[in-house]
Amino acid sequence: MTVFILRRVLQAILVLFITSLVVFLGVYAIGDPLEILLPADASMAERAQVAASLHLDDPLPLQYLNFITSALQGDFGRSFVYNRPALDVIFERLPATLELVTTSLILSLILGIPLGLIAGVKPGSVTDESIMTGSILGFSLPNFWQGMMLIMIFAVWLGWLPSTGRGQTGDILGIRTSYATWDGFIHLLLPATNLALAQIALVIRLTRTGVQETMPLDFVKYARARGISERRILFVHVLKTILIPIVTVLGIEFGSLIAFAVVTETIFAWPGVGKLIIDSINMLDRPIVVAYILVIVAMFIVINLIVDVLYSLLDPRIRSRAS
Amino acid sequence: MSDPLLEVRGLRTWFETPKGTVKAVDGVDLTLERGEILGLVGESGSGKSITGFSLLGLVDPPGRVVEGDIRFLGEDLRSASPRRLRDLRGNRIAMIFQDPMMTLNPVLRIGTQMIETVRAHAKVSKAEARAKARDALCQVGIPHPDERIDAYPHEFSGGMRQRVAIAIALLHKPDLIIADEPTTALDVTIQSQILSEVQTLTREMGMGLIWISHDLGVVGQLANKVAVMYAGRIVERGTVDEVLDTPRHPYTRGLIDSLPMENDRGQPLRQIPGNAPPPLGRPEGCPFRPRCARATEACLSEPAETEAQGRGWRCFHPLEEEAMA
Repeated sequence: MTVFILRRVLQAILVLFITSLVVFLGVYAIGDPLEILLPADASMAERAQVAASLHLDDPLPLQYLNFITSALQGDFGRSFVYNRPALDVIFERLPATLELVTTSLILSLILGIPLGLIAGVKPGSVTDESIMTGSILGFSLPNFWQGMMLIMIFAVWLGWLPSTGRGQTGDILGIRTSYATWDGFIHLLLPATNLALAQIALVIRLTRTGVQETMPLDFVKYARARGISERRILFVHVLKTILIPIVTVLGIEFGSLIAFAVVTETIFAWPGVGKLIIDSINMLDRPIVVAYILVIVAMFIVINLIVDVLYSLLDPRIRSRAS
Repeated sequence: MSDPLLEVRGLRTWFETPKGTVKAVDGVDLTLERGEILGLVGESGSGKSITGFSLLGLVDPPGRVVEGDIRFLGEDLRSASPRRLRDLRGNRIAMIFQDPMMTLNPVLRIGTQMIETVRAHAKVSKAEARAKARDALCQVGIPHPDERIDAYPHEFSGGMRQRVAIAIALLHKPDLIIADEPTTALDVTIQSQILSEVQTLTREMGMGLIWISHDLGVVGQLANKVAVMYAGRIVERGTVDEVLDTPRHPYTRGLIDSLPMENDRGQPLRQIPGNAPPPLGRPEGCPFRPRCARATEACLSEPAETEAQGRGWRCFHPLEEEAMA
């Protein structure tokens, strides 16, 4: 196990290093932030002064070297736009996104798994067909359109839920979260649903396929021959067997949801990192973009590690092979 | 006289496939009393396993029991409700499958699967169920049952897994056990250990046992009665001695001849010519006809069973009594 973790940490460092290099070069290639930061009529002297203060006049390898040395000390530079440390700006916004993403993942699990099980148990039935048709809609309708429809139905016509923004937050166990207040919670519902729709569809399909592949297996027949109830067969024997692919996919999805929650955040004016990164790219705010991508990559690495650990919890055969 | 433990009359289990109807089981009769071991013998595809599943209503679609009468202690199982069947399964009628690696759920502990079996049929606490499971493991000779009960199936050897399966079958002291090739995946020493244990248990507990196997040798060691299946039908039945010593059906004779014998060392094994008929292309009349040296015009029609006091065969040209002498 120790060897396993050590190897993963080394891999992670390598991946982070390569990403930093690629991203740094990529952002450098996008354009010159001076064009945006300075007014069009700025003099050459002003330009040179600003460039010097932001170290934009150094040769590229030196810029990268400076960046990587201070990054190793936890300093990812100051945002050109906000004039605050880039990590601070990101971590200020990240909880809102994490909250949104976690909520939508929970939604997709508590809706997707039961629906997938129901669909998988009786393939071809009316229930199955309806669920599967619904899931096709979840997949294929564009996310932004689903978001606008949600606002239209629940905020405009029915007036049940607020359409935009993050509501009041409060502290639960020292974490600032929308769950602490009713206002925060109802503000969270629509954006989380919007983000969850495609995930629910995905989980339904994974679960349904899993059920269909597992039901004909001998251990299901044997469980029946022992007089085990259909309910227990489905919710214990089958579900535990199919959780592995579901966990894998959701692990990957968790990362991409954080990275790509931007559409939902934009529609619902949710103050998360997705919106931040789009703004920063527009403003060519290099430190934010680079730091953000590194944070996301680090998060992917951690999630994958968690998924691997979950595997061994779910499948005893993997556990004994590892030890 | 009370009802026999199990009585099956005219059982037909058919599979409707796009290519036609597969008559996997096509008119099977069986009778079993307490304390008896019935060996159900046949090649792969003869319908012996499907017969076992049919008894418990465990045939998967598109398969269906289309005809016949299954009586367990006088109770009609074919018209029993799903709820009633579930009550019987694993409780009064237990089943042991061929490969416990495939039949025990790999992601659940042995103990979990035993406890759920206990609690499916008895209102007992988890602790009581666990104690019962532990005792069952002890009974089938699993060393350190207190630790092993928390192990996963893959942590057992093949022989130990099959013992676990037998322990599970014995949990509720069933009246009938249906064992589908339970020792086929085991090596010979383990196999004979398990056979003798099963024999003892059956006798001591007064259970009935249906031992489904392709191995006439194993059945000869273990069973009291034998039924030989071919192409969905029982072609010969009787006590072990009758069937093995004086086979009347040429197919049974072929099976016996193809067993490796001590005094034939170095001789090529005798095999039955040809192959079992494909499930969708069974010949008219006697299904064994194309492989049979004794077949004549008469065999183009279906032979009825010649039966007297549990000894029977389906053949127009049965072998003589002293054929094996």
